[in-house]
Amino acid sequence: MNALALQFIDLLAAVSLLLAFALLIQRRFSAMIDFYATQSLVLVITTSLAGWMTGQRHLYLSAALTFVLKVVLIPVLMHTLLRRLHLDSTVDTVVKLPTTLLMGLLLVIFAFGVARPIAQLSTALASGTLGIALAGVLIGFLMMITRSRAIPQVLAFLAMENGVFLAATGVTHGMPMVVELGIAVDVLIGILILGVFLSHLHSAAPSPGATAREGDGA
Amino acid sequence: MNATASTALFLLACVLLAPLIAAVILGFIGDRPGARLFNVAASTVTAGAALLLAAHIIKHGPVLALSEAFHLDALSALVLAITTFVTLTTSLHSVDYMHTECARGRFSRAQQRIYHAMFQFIAFALGLALSANNMGILWVAMEGATLATVLIVSLDRSRPALQAAWKFFVLCGVGILQALFGTVLLYMAAERVIGADEGALLWTHLAAIRTRLDPQIITLAFALLFVGYGTKMGLVPFHGWLPDAHAEGPTPVTAVLSGLLLGVALHAILRCKILADGALQTPVAGQLMIGFGLLSVLLAALLLARQQDLRKLLAWSSVEHMGILAIAFGLGGAAATLAGLMHLLGHALVKSGLYFSAAQAVQWSGTGQISGIRGLLGARPTLAWSLLLGTIAILGLPPFSLFPSEFMTISILLQRMPWAAAALLVALVIAFASITLQVRNMTLGEAQVEAAASPGPGHHRVGPLKRIDAIVGAAPALVHLAIALLLGLALPAWAENWLRQAVAVVAG
Repeated sequence: MNALALQFIDLLAAVSLLLAFALLIQRRFSAMIDFYATQSLVLVITTSLAGWMTGQRHLYLSAALTFVLKVVLIPVLMHTLLRRLHLDSTVDTVVKLPTTLLMGLLLVIFAFGVARPIAQLSTALASGTLGIALAGVLIGFLMMITRSRAIPQVLAFLAMENGVFLAATGVTHGMPMVVELGIAVDVLIGILILGVFLSHLHSAAPSPGATAREGDGA
Repeated sequence: MNATASTALFLLACVLLAPLIAAVILGFIGDRPGARLFNVAASTVTAGAALLLAAHIIKHGPVLALSEAFHLDALSALVLAITTFVTLTTSLHSVDYMHTECARGRFSRAQQRIYHAMFQFIAFALGLALSANNMGILWVAMEGATLATVLIVSLDRSRPALQAAWKFFVLCGVGILQALFGTVLLYMAAERVIGADEGALLWTHLAAIRTRLDPQIITLAFALLFVGYGTKMGLVPFHGWLPDAHAEGPTPVTAVLSGLLLGVALHAILRCKILADGALQTPVAGQLMIGFGLLSVLLAALLLARQQDLRKLLAWSSVEHMGILAIAFGLGGAAATLAGLMHLLGHALVKSGLYFSAAQAVQWSGTGQISGIRGLLGARPTLAWSLLLGTIAILGLPPFSLFPSEFMTISILLQRMPWAAAALLVALVIAFASITLQVRNMTLGEAQVEAAASPGPGHHRVGPLKRIDAIVGAAPALVHLAIALLLGLALPAWAENWLRQAVAVVAG
């Protein structure tokens, strides 16, 4: 039974990686938000499964927190923002999408290379998760670099955060609860700030969803 | 609980709760005229409690409070004392600054509330980052300070300000996520030794078992933590946010950013380095710091001459000094660590003082452009002198305290890595020349005629009143310089004792 659950966790981690790739090459903002919500849902299932296997009660709490925040609240907030500001347009990528995809593949190989010696040391559940989590973080990083608009950049940030949490669930038995609560508060405040920002940038300029790169100096 | 422990707990509560409560109150009344003075009062309570707490720690040893949630030793007490002290002088400077800016109608009432509330919130977050024993809480506090700073940098809602804040948000966000990953790995390493419990992320527990942590995990963890907190510290190549955020934010906050946030980030890196050094038994962590430090100093030196904005010039000088600090602490050992701590103190004092002067120069001339600020010595002699003396101090000339610290760093580097010392010296000479040239033009250049067109309030006064105004306005900067001068001339016995204890924490 446990072996089956372990394999299931590995499978979920793989699905999470697949969704990271989907985020990386998706052009439409609203679809990106849905992919993010799905990825978060996968994280919720992984965390609860890990909680059930290890008997660590606080993992259920962590899963519940993730569900409320990242599956429901943040996606709803971002969809509202899109509708209010009429932002749903195609994304202007800095690098062509096929090239991005190729770079993403290389990052996955790199991540697995870095993580392998460490993952073997893991006393916790699924040792394959560390490589996948690191790959997820690196792909989020790549997305941050190759996208120039605000919404994809924030989603990249959030996808990276999902990667870190996947690592925390798979490699350790989740972070201590105080820390998770603190992180949740920080993320929520960050999203609220994003909302304020976008509204202001939108009202200040004719072209919405402003870029972070304009006027980028040294 | 005995008397000393409860005194420490009370003082710690003051340090953390005073700014937090003040932040909430100022969120409601921050737009009233009295709010600026309330801001000063809250900062005074915090600074006073922090200094008493520091004295307590020097006398009675490290404080571990509230079931090990908070931990302060001589090192964090040192950074905490300088942080709260500079916050206090910054709040004094902020009174004058906000008076002028509000008289010009730059900030709405809501923006004044945000400004004051976030000012105190940053003070709270920095205090928490320094006193938290839990590495996860340290991360949360650093992220909290970042978010508050983002809000305050974007305060005037102009397009450049919003873009600078956005860049800050994204870059520091990405950086700090690396630090979170590093924290997860740290937890993993600790879990292998002491098992999964809440104590596995407490720094005191980690430090106790640091020689038993797995070297492979710790190598990756330190690399990630270094990149994460290094972004906060403004080390090249993670420095992209720094010059813009410094040029666009309200200047008092820039002073806090430059003098304090960078120092608190460095403190976080030092904590991680202590663990890494224990686990690895090789100087990898130090070498990483020296490498990135050198890169920062070199790039900053090359770019200093090209800066046209006064605050960006100072920001790049901060990058340079963070590089020197990374080198000093990277070298390790008692002497280099002492030099690093001295430099940290000196830089926090002098750079924030320079930002105070810069803020007044910018308000006087109505422009942040260096080419627009001319003939300061003729028009505002007190201001010009504080700017000149601050420049002398930041360039590492005697008799200010940055001279002995830089000198010690270079001479130790010369013994260990002569080639690196040569590169550092060349960079310092270039930086010296660029800054001197720029400041000379501002202070000595042809007097500016159009400056009279946009005088700030308070400049209509004549005679002695004007003189007093000028001295009061320059007081925070001059106080900072005076302390840096004292530290440079002769270290008092108690300060030396304090520094020695802090060195013992870092260098073992």
